[in-house]
Amino acid sequence: MSIIINQTKRVLVQGITGREGRARTKLMREFGTNVVAGCTPGKGGQDVEGVPVFDKVSEAIKEIGQIDISVVFVPAKLVKNASIEAIEAGVKLLLLVPDRVPLWDAMKIAAVGKEHNATFIGPNTLGVLSPGKALIGMIGGRADAARQWFNEPTPGRTVGVISRSGGMTSSCGYYLSRAGIGISTLVHVGGDSVIGLPIPDVAEMFQQDPETDAIVIFGEIGGSQEERLAQLASDGKITKPIIAYIGGAAAKEGTRFSHAGAIIEHGRGTHQGKVSALKDAGATVVPSFGDLPQAVLDAIDKLQASAL
Amino acid sequence: MARLHEYQAKAVLSRFGIKVPLGKAAQTASEASSIAEEIAAKVIIKVQAWITGRAAKGGIQFADSPGQAKQIAEKLLEMKFGNFPVCEILVEQAIDIKDELFVSIAIDDAKQAPMLLLDAKGGSGIEDRADTVAVIPIDLEYGVDSETVRKVLVDSPIDAANHDALIDAIGKIVDAAKQCEARSLEVNPLVTTKQGEIVAADCRMTIDDYAVFRHPELGIEIARELDHPPTKLERIAYDVEQADHRGTFYFAQLPTDEEKSSKGLIGFHGAGGGGSMMSMDAVSSIGFTLANFCDTSGNPSAAKVYRAARIILAQPNLVGYFGSGSGVASQEQYHSAYGLAKAFWELQLAIPAVIRLGGNSEDRAVEILQDGCKNLPTTIEGYKKDDTPAFIAKRFAELVTANGSRSWTAPARNIPDFVGNDKSYSFAIEGGTVWIDHKNCNEQTSTFVVSNSSELLTLNDNSKPITTVSEEDLANKDSEMIALEIECRRNATPVVFVDLPISGLDPDSRLLTPDPFLPCQ
Repeated sequence: MSIIINQTKRVLVQGITGREGRARTKLMREFGTNVVAGCTPGKGGQDVEGVPVFDKVSEAIKEIGQIDISVVFVPAKLVKNASIEAIEAGVKLLLLVPDRVPLWDAMKIAAVGKEHNATFIGPNTLGVLSPGKALIGMIGGRADAARQWFNEPTPGRTVGVISRSGGMTSSCGYYLSRAGIGISTLVHVGGDSVIGLPIPDVAEMFQQDPETDAIVIFGEIGGSQEERLAQLASDGKITKPIIAYIGGAAAKEGTRFSHAGAIIEHGRGTHQGKVSALKDAGATVVPSFGDLPQAVLDAIDKLQASAL
Repeated sequence: MARLHEYQAKAVLSRFGIKVPLGKAAQTASEASSIAEEIAAKVIIKVQAWITGRAAKGGIQFADSPGQAKQIAEKLLEMKFGNFPVCEILVEQAIDIKDELFVSIAIDDAKQAPMLLLDAKGGSGIEDRADTVAVIPIDLEYGVDSETVRKVLVDSPIDAANHDALIDAIGKIVDAAKQCEARSLEVNPLVTTKQGEIVAADCRMTIDDYAVFRHPELGIEIARELDHPPTKLERIAYDVEQADHRGTFYFAQLPTDEEKSSKGLIGFHGAGGGGSMMSMDAVSSIGFTLANFCDTSGNPSAAKVYRAARIILAQPNLVGYFGSGSGVASQEQYHSAYGLAKAFWELQLAIPAVIRLGGNSEDRAVEILQDGCKNLPTTIEGYKKDDTPAFIAKRFAELVTANGSRSWTAPARNIPDFVGNDKSYSFAIEGGTVWIDHKNCNEQTSTFVVSNSSELLTLNDNSKPITTVSEEDLANKDSEMIALEIECRRNATPVVFVDLPISGLDPDSRLLTPDPFLPCQ
């Protein structure tokens, strides 16, 4: 099993005729993703890499049937309208790739999503990848490299990875794989402060996934995602081992470090606060990123020992 | 700057119909004195700086006369918080406060929605009273429910005669936050005066960086959240980013005067948000102080990486240059290697540099960096994805120590003699000029140049390299030309130079003041 994406999910690409949409459609298909349709207003009737293009999401659904996930590759300022269009057409899960989506647009998408019981990953996400199955977004680069970098799940030795940084999602996957650890799914939740599917929500999905044995987190300063994850673990809602690294120990308050979520404001979202909350909840927090694979191996060994 | 000063935020509130005290911002003491004269009443003078607890730090004072205002203004304009100077002060009429409220709009990341925070006590120390603050959800369409606000007021000691006017003002503040797409808006305090008016006595407002493009009316110059007014270098960097959208480029200077036991000030060049932050932690944890935080990622051009390195190295008194990102970049890393090699050569880098170039084509990238810099008077080492940030940080410390922890300030850039010479061949590219030293191009060299030119150059009748494509097609080939320049240098035939002057730094980098934080713009 895996979470969010596998080879059976029917994927739509909004903005498929753009430079990025086109290139990523090809890469997603090469990796095994079932891309069934694309959308670009005014480009209906064309095809991209053999994928039929429609003017509207509702037309695509009418013609080719249900869509499980829409991957949005339109320019940042058009993301709000594209997302609302997909949600209103009945799509229940969206992946919003673009960086620089205005905050109040993201909140509007969230509000419309709640009305329609739909959710979204991102904005500002590299995507989600389930090794050996499929990927959505821009994660993994070339298919052959991605297959080489990320191990498929191994019974009893498999982790799910949740990261607030795109580059570090791949990094975690690569270093854990090199240490002989299997990966169920890699999830980049997105770098922005308001995102659709934050770390605690993804952790709950991994908790339900029988293939995932432990959960690896690349967290960052700012916001409350790590603290909320700690709360879930304290409440007994997450019982699988959590192994985390939190970036930004050296960050000073008030300056944003690259992306929108990573900023300490009014003393909230500090490195120390996050580390303490997670440790108090029983999670392992490594001080140096290079220690992560060994800490995961230790956690897995402990699990197997207690299973015997 | 996506963070507004108090006086700018008050101007915004005023446009939304909220009353603010009579006053104006001043940059000099005499301006402050004439504003006080105009007001012709007791004034309050406030430093315009993004810090908390301004009053306790002496940044807020009262004056009874224009003369006293001048004296106080002089003192306030000399203040510095961290590395960041006070450049402006706000001179306002003092108000007779009757009741105070804390009003704040913040984005709740868990609820994915804006929230109104309300406390009937207001004033300072609000951070310590978090439990007494009412949190009221804001609907994106309809704003805030006035009856919920009324309930908070009814439960407070505030005079009931003012409740309707306060509810109206709070509604307008919420509207201002929404219309301006604020990430946060805090009016602390919103006051009722003894004359029965509702006045915003203070205001802090931060606009969402990503929405700044929709708000030209706010006059925001740099859509970037910093804890200080943009420095000269940050402005230069921002211009570079705006001019080249291939990949992202983020540059911020950090306060550096706090660490006494530091191993020294370093130039920091990360790649990718999380990877940069992790690398910053690794190098900070072994005792270095970062002069800046920089991130070039998302497949940046060689020219962008070159300009970033030049800007990082425009900071004085560095003991080393540390570069590291996520370690497993999906972008082709040799573009970055070419950009760095060019910057290091031009400035004749004399402090150690350690760069982790892990990711696609990392072997080639490391070879380009090390070989392209082999004649420089320092050690430059490239590392790959299997080298951890902690390991390369340790290696960096060893090299800095071996160099005697000597600090260094970059000289003006090194430009070969054939540049600008009328015997040389040249053509324009985006943001600069490519120069080829035809005089020193023998047949063998010319053939080498052409074969390393990504098919953009060919031999002319005299067997010298010239362009083979249109000016338009050449314009964005700066990365290819930088690669050619480095390859020629590696081949010991340095006949190509790409001149990419950076506005504000070049042609004479000595134009830069020794303290890049200093100038109040």
